[in-house]
Amino acid sequence: MSTDSLAGLTTPAGPAKRPFLEVKDLTVRFNTDDGVVKAVSGSSFAVERGKTLGIVGESGSGKSVTSLAVLGLHRTRSNATVSGEIWLDDKELVTASDEEVRKLRGGKMAMIFQDPLSAMHPYYTVGAQIVEAYRVHHKVSKKEARVRAIDMLARVGIPQPEKRFNEYGHQFSGGMRQRAMIAMALVNDPKLLIADEPTTALDVTVQAQILDLIRDLQQEFGSAVIMITHDLGVVAELADDVLVMYGGKVIERGPAADVFHEPQHPYTWGLLGSMPRLDRELRDRLTPVKGSPPSLINLPSGCAFHPRCPYAGRNGDRSFTETPELRGGVHAVACHLPAEDRQKIYEQEVAPNL
Amino acid sequence: MKGQESMTEAARGERENLLEISGLQMHFPITRGVFKRKVGAVRAVDGIDLTVAKGETVGLVGESGCGKSTTGRLMTRILEPTAGKVVFEGRDVSHVGNKGLRPLRRDVQMIFQDPYSSLNPRHTVGSIIAAPLQIQKIPTPKGVKAAVQDLLKLVGLNPEHYNRYPHEFSGGQRQRIGIARALALRPKLIVADEPVSALDVSIQAQVVNLLDDLQKEFDLTYVFIAHDLSVVRHISDRVAVMYLGKIVEIADRDQLYSNPRHPYTVALMSAVPTPDPARRNSAQRNRVLLTGDVPSPINPPSGCRFRTRCWKAQDICATEDPALTARLGDPASHQTACHFPVAEDEVVAGRRPASSNA
Repeated sequence: MSTDSLAGLTTPAGPAKRPFLEVKDLTVRFNTDDGVVKAVSGSSFAVERGKTLGIVGESGSGKSVTSLAVLGLHRTRSNATVSGEIWLDDKELVTASDEEVRKLRGGKMAMIFQDPLSAMHPYYTVGAQIVEAYRVHHKVSKKEARVRAIDMLARVGIPQPEKRFNEYGHQFSGGMRQRAMIAMALVNDPKLLIADEPTTALDVTVQAQILDLIRDLQQEFGSAVIMITHDLGVVAELADDVLVMYGGKVIERGPAADVFHEPQHPYTWGLLGSMPRLDRELRDRLTPVKGSPPSLINLPSGCAFHPRCPYAGRNGDRSFTETPELRGGVHAVACHLPAEDRQKIYEQEVAPNL
Repeated sequence: MKGQESMTEAARGERENLLEISGLQMHFPITRGVFKRKVGAVRAVDGIDLTVAKGETVGLVGESGCGKSTTGRLMTRILEPTAGKVVFEGRDVSHVGNKGLRPLRRDVQMIFQDPYSSLNPRHTVGSIIAAPLQIQKIPTPKGVKAAVQDLLKLVGLNPEHYNRYPHEFSGGQRQRIGIARALALRPKLIVADEPVSALDVSIQAQVVNLLDDLQKEFDLTYVFIAHDLSVVRHISDRVAVMYLGKIVEIADRDQLYSNPRHPYTVALMSAVPTPDPARRNSAQRNRVLLTGDVPSPINPPSGCRFRTRCWKAQDICATEDPALTARLGDPASHQTACHFPVAEDEVVAGRRPASSNA
């Protein structure tokens, strides 16, 4: 999209050009007293600049852990082990030193958290926190940083930014607080923005405002955005590509239009079927996924989804013994069902009920 | 479509009203100083009239802070109203004391939003569900344990989990425990305050289906409070939209969703994201963007309370509070409190946000 004017980006034109962010085979494990929590297992994805990746999944599916791993926030936790590769702009992050990652964090990559009240410090004014974020990465005077912070607050649509600059987090309403969070995340012109459930705590009218804001800012700055949410509606609004996670694994990956119009994995069908929709005729009953999400300590054998999958028995005992790989080109899926069967089941049994 | 509508209307005419609230107000005092001098009031609920017929489901929607939860608490008489009446089965219960409320508790139960804080962590599931039976001294011919296990089975939990504690269950299961507790006394009316908003999508659908089944089985009446418009549409027969302590629009479900009259209802519905990437652009174009936040209920705007965020507001809106009546030839069941209701074919403000700025 736009050219990068700031932060002195150098992109060496290698022979095989990597995507802006590429995550390969990312695995995150936590050692706890109860056993090893396999929070993320072998997940791979990529985001280009100016594009939005939506990560969908239920609580405990590993979506937040994935994003924290990209930011290198598991480094400080002694019980976490991260393996795999994370390439941000041709720089490997898993093996990079703490100091290197710390420089990137908040600068080239930034995060918007779900709950802005707890993500903001109650003791410092909103302005002071934005100024701090800016001065960590830029050698500027307090005065200059203040101008920049007020400019950012105005940019995200906070009225009277000079006055709001001196107020505390609790004096902001939910929507305004989330805007302030976004201003804080964007103050260093990040090239990668990770938004972890940015609108879950907000009302729909405010949610619409915030989604609009993220979209506009992305167009303006041309950053890559990772949108983590459990709300398929939000993903459909923003994402170019979608990643569906279940039990710490990516089970479906593809362009948003494909995933929504020709979903391949039975879990994705279940998610779509669980959702009452305003844009469709009223259904008598919702068609939920039976059962509940698995424990990440004790994942089911084979395909982690098999205890909840209505089609698990169709492949002999493969679903129970063998873990399906994520297969396919642009639109990939991890399922043992043969593609033709899946197509048939979707068209005949699932699609009419959506 | 039309025939169906009139049928439901006729059906309601025959049905008796289970709950009637009129002119209901709840003002929470704001006090200051040692003597708790009253300096103002949060007008959480400010004059609501609503009837709930036997066997129907009434949805109550609105943004946070609009007073929908307070309304629910007034209906169950957890709170005592500042003014107005709550009439349950013909009996005025607005100011009845604790003792007099006991029979009401048997008939009116509540399901709470947060399944983590609404169950006592020190009690087993068995004793949580048995508590209402024991307090109300309900005879259990096969013993309390059997009664509780029946209830557990009813809501889709394993009856052998009788002796477990709430922390051993997932969010969806806990919500089922809350439902079992509400059902224990076989109530006539259940007020469900955001019963599914804390749950994951797939679990949410399970609980919604469960509530549906229980309603059919026990002929329950629901008041369903939620901020999620699509869930409310799925479950309700009638929907009331609240804004800043007042009902701004109330109608049969199909009427309301196909033909919203109040600008606020229109804005609220257009803000719901469409789970269809192909329609992303058209959805965004047709979206009404409200600017600013909900004004404070301590000092609500004069006249129509929505006028500060409304793109249709004119002078009259600031001076005169619009009455909740049928507008633009709507049936009597579809009432709107707006001076300038939105007509069917009206081109709505579109991407232009409402003019005023908060």
